[in-house]
Amino acid sequence: MIPASFDYHAPKTLPEALALLGQLGDEAKVLSGGQSLLPLLKLRFAQPAHLVDIGRIPGLDYIKEEGGVLKIGALVREAALEASEVVRSRYPILADTAAVIADPIVRNLATVCGNLAHGDPANDHPATMLALGAEVVVTGAKGTRTIPITQFFTGLFTTALQPAEVLTEIRIPAPPPGSGGAYVKLERKVGDFATVGAAAFLVLKGGVVERAGIGLTNAGPMPIKATAAEAYLAGKKADEAAFAEAGRLAGAAAKPGADRRGSVEYKKEMARVLTVRALRKAAQRAGGK
Amino acid sequence: MARHTVHVTVNGAALVAEVESRLLLVHLLRESFRLTGTHIGCDTTHCGACTVLLDGVPVKSCTVLAVQTDGRNVTTVEGLEKDGKLHPIQEGFMQEHGLQCGFCTPGMLMTGYALLERTKSPGEDEIRHAISGNLCRCTGYVNIVKAVQHAAAKLR
Amino acid sequence: MSTPRTSPEIGGMGHSMKRKEDPRFIRGQGNFVDDVVLPGMLYMDIVRSPFAHARIKKIDTAAALKVPGVLAVITGETLAQYKLHWMPTLMSDTQMVLPVEKVMYQAQEVAAVIATDRYTAADGVAAVEVDYDPLPVIVDPFKALEPGAIVLRTDKPGKKDNHIFHWEVGDRAGTDKAFKDAAAVVKQRIYIPRIHVASIETCGCVASFNKTDGKLTVWMTTQAPHAIRTVFALVAGHVGLSEEKIRIISPDIGGGFGGKVPVYPGYVIAVAASVVTGKPIKWIEDRMENLQADSFARDYHMDAELAADKDGKMTALRIKTIADHGYADAAANPSKFPAGLFSIVTGSYDIKTAFAEVDGVYTNKAPGGIAYRCSFRVTEAAHAIERMTDMLAQQLKIDPADFRLKNFIPPDKFPYKSALGWEYDSGNYAGALKKAMETIGYAALRKEQAEKRARGELMGIGISSFTEIVGAGPSKHFDILGIKMFDSCELRVHPTGKAIARFGTKSQGQGHETTYAQIIAEELGIPAAHVQVEEGDTDTAPYGLGTYASRSTPVAGAAGAMAARKVRDKARKIAAHLLEVSEEDLVWEPGKFSVKGAPQKAKTIQEIALAAYTNHPPGMEAGLEAVNYYDPPNLTFPFGSYICVVDVDRGTGEVKIRRFVAIDDCGNIINPMIVQGQVHGGLTMGMAPALLEEISYDESGNIQGGSFMDYLVPTAVETPKWETGHTVTPSPHHPLGAKGVGESATVGAPPAIANAVVDALAHLGVRHIDIPITPEKVWRILKDKGVAE
Repeated sequence: MIPASFDYHAPKTLPEALALLGQLGDEAKVLSGGQSLLPLLKLRFAQPAHLVDIGRIPGLDYIKEEGGVLKIGALVREAALEASEVVRSRYPILADTAAVIADPIVRNLATVCGNLAHGDPANDHPATMLALGAEVVVTGAKGTRTIPITQFFTGLFTTALQPAEVLTEIRIPAPPPGSGGAYVKLERKVGDFATVGAAAFLVLKGGVVERAGIGLTNAGPMPIKATAAEAYLAGKKADEAAFAEAGRLAGAAAKPGADRRGSVEYKKEMARVLTVRALRKAAQRAGGK
Repeated sequence: MARHTVHVTVNGAALVAEVESRLLLVHLLRESFRLTGTHIGCDTTHCGACTVLLDGVPVKSCTVLAVQTDGRNVTTVEGLEKDGKLHPIQEGFMQEHGLQCGFCTPGMLMTGYALLERTKSPGEDEIRHAISGNLCRCTGYVNIVKAVQHAAAKLR
Repeated sequence: MSTPRTSPEIGGMGHSMKRKEDPRFIRGQGNFVDDVVLPGMLYMDIVRSPFAHARIKKIDTAAALKVPGVLAVITGETLAQYKLHWMPTLMSDTQMVLPVEKVMYQAQEVAAVIATDRYTAADGVAAVEVDYDPLPVIVDPFKALEPGAIVLRTDKPGKKDNHIFHWEVGDRAGTDKAFKDAAAVVKQRIYIPRIHVASIETCGCVASFNKTDGKLTVWMTTQAPHAIRTVFALVAGHVGLSEEKIRIISPDIGGGFGGKVPVYPGYVIAVAASVVTGKPIKWIEDRMENLQADSFARDYHMDAELAADKDGKMTALRIKTIADHGYADAAANPSKFPAGLFSIVTGSYDIKTAFAEVDGVYTNKAPGGIAYRCSFRVTEAAHAIERMTDMLAQQLKIDPADFRLKNFIPPDKFPYKSALGWEYDSGNYAGALKKAMETIGYAALRKEQAEKRARGELMGIGISSFTEIVGAGPSKHFDILGIKMFDSCELRVHPTGKAIARFGTKSQGQGHETTYAQIIAEELGIPAAHVQVEEGDTDTAPYGLGTYASRSTPVAGAAGAMAARKVRDKARKIAAHLLEVSEEDLVWEPGKFSVKGAPQKAKTIQEIALAAYTNHPPGMEAGLEAVNYYDPPNLTFPFGSYICVVDVDRGTGEVKIRRFVAIDDCGNIINPMIVQGQVHGGLTMGMAPALLEEISYDESGNIQGGSFMDYLVPTAVETPKWETGHTVTPSPHHPLGAKGVGESATVGAPPAIANAVVDALAHLGVRHIDIPITPEKVWRILKDKGVAE
């Protein structure tokens, strides 16, 4: 439970952090909440020579809606997201998601951006961001670039983040009228990773689906966007029959591995069941209930 | 750098230590400062026996580096009693038999204390949810819930 | 005993006195082993095997020794020089301290690094290089018993198989005949997998050998300090350790549950390192080491059969068990009972004939297997009989509550001689069950279940009516490594009327500092607040066998009462002298002797205590103290009835416990608040194996569930809101009528929950599900039966 030795750096500004990361290259890891990284170090699964702590940099912990977009800064803690008024009232799917990540104490330090940057398909926010059609803003020494979330996850524990880049903001389009989203997680106990998780976001007009976003957690080597299920729902009446078929398609898209949380068959079936439940709840919220 | 000087206020006292970068906060508290009330119960950030407050917020001190606390405030179980007077959360645990072996207790106290700083009348489910990052093997949690409710009543 | 005999100020039995140990714990001032720091102390960390079975080709310590601050690396070769590389187990098997030739389970200790600090020791461990030659692995005890299976214990000359012991009890022929004649029989293979106590404090020690006076002091997480001291003296006598110069200190212990009874290799290596270096050595295992290498619990494969006559009366029980002990039988049973008290398996029922046999087997897993609040295998036995009872009720189409009421040993048959040789002291099983049924509203629940079933909703009600057997034990049958299982109390009253009482047991959270004081208060009327209780330091405490298997109240508690009565006898003589009457003229009430017919002529116990030092009768020794070593005449038999209501999610297979009522009977109660706390904790440690916890191994012997990531200890969210109550049926042979309660709930809860889930699915034809009842297990059944969502 003791990490190997490393050097620790605590830059005071983002340019300073980026310059350090540039210098240190792949020998350095970014430390923000530390609740995914430090456990790896303690088990010596990772032994970076340097940690660059961005936790001292001011001005990175904002949650704000502006220009039709919800912006979440690099140092927003899960607990803050869960408690945020604007999130609870206008983006409840994010509050659903934050509320089931790890446990309440870990959420006091774990960051939302970190949950994406870590690239772990078992983390919960990726599925939600996929369902919401989010974008991430990534900052390097040369400036920022914006990456659609669909292009962000590239492999197991791998993202589109280049060396010496930091994920500095998540952007989520403001919810159009008649929309609603929900995240449902099947976990063996509080604090566990998902056996499977499903995020659903629906835009309804007159009870018909204009568009749907469905993301799956821990259902494959990368977070999964259930595109076939989404395509199927477009134009359909948002009813139990449609949800059942969408669930079936989502389950078919899941490519989970077997482990102590369940067999491949069980997890695929749970992806189906949870997608149906998430869709039901999203539709309820879209209908204003 | 591999070694740093950490200036941290612990239970109101300004302390200094020269530490390795990798030193975990829980070891800073237990070994550098001899505050052994905070305990270690696992190696995967699950059990919460190491819970302390960092700038008033509960954190698992086994998953925080000592160097991250430079210039900040830490409160441990030793900081709950003030001038010989127990905090209501401590009274609550004693009155309601909220502890048996006492090993998870400091973590539970800190989490309970922080909960009551933000909520005046937490219901049972809210308390169970708040302590879901703190494992106990002895009590089955029933009396811990009662202890927190006892403290809440005292504080109101 | 409904109203306490003593006032709240005295705080004798029946008072929910607040705990005397709490003030230090709520201030973070507990003194746990890892809190102990001695000048010059060094740290030890252990290199462990990644393989379940492998020959050790080479241990290269060069790189480790180069790490600044690493002082030594100890291997099996080092210890072999002192003949300490093997040690005896409590069941007279042998286990390795450190291996020379081969490792036999994943996570086995391979070498130990001694360093100046904890972090350096970890770096040293990471730098030790070990070359292994993997060997074939056996993790299935049935495969281990097949002819031609490789022999694991090649260290035992002439050993040709993996069989450890055969143990049997009962009437095989009579039972076989009863089965032939039976009107109804149910048969089931029941497997209870490995679990682990996972107390929040892991195991460890600080071993400190003083080269000048040859004294070894060890602060240790142990539930049985005296037994440890004697074992060390016997095992390491040849390297100079002598029992009068060994002091074991068991300070505050963060939960034991049986996991802190065995002697772990880490302790022995730390002691050896301290003897060699003359410096204190601290070893504290981390959680993964704890889960993977420490004494496990359960791992019983039971083939159980239960027979009944045409009227639904049980007639016979037959049970054959394969016990997987890992690579060594390091269980902590009384020596004549290799399967513990498993023969309680006829449970609460009047079964005329029974036969039970258990065969222990070696496999490539961590050694053990007695722990986790099992009362020496009573959890396994109760699970078997309660599951079989429900199964038979199901087959006979009798309501499981009615079936139990029909078959309970009736109150007028106590003391009851069971078919497997136990004399149950007292019981009122129907009383407990009826109270549970009334409390939970059983009839209404069955009605609700029928309605829900009609709508396709899955709801189950499970009952468990267990009988426990604790308080080991009478010297006729019980010993550990030959030491009889008495326990002790040494009580001394001071001139100012306060007292100190030392015991041979060791609390790990059970509240002995309070409950033992209450026993003394009950017997002598000295306020419990004035009775200082001490345990755990072998230099001062009288010899005892420690705290596990719920034996403290039955044995040491009795010793406390008996010692107090001896003190009271002397106090009577002193009172007679002070009051100038004869002893027969005195009347006792808690706290004072008064003269019959003249109650104003009295002496308080405090006045008597002072007189013992200032004005004792001529010819009598001064002082006011007594020692009692209590040899219990029998075990005690706590019991209870639990009823559990579950709802099953047809989509995910998740089981939610909606309600759980536990009615316990532990005889006379010392402290109701503490008893209730023991039940809450025990229920939670019963629910955990029923639904969540399991340690398993893949075919290569890789452990699954070796960290808290996958070993699922319940949080407050998964844990139900337990509802508790009690009945009181005193033990006729215990001085206080008390029976002990620490493990009852861990025994009774799992079958109640398992029975509830099976009951929820019984109408679909389900008869049995092995624990842990995971959502996937339930989902598979729902899918097979065509009712999954």
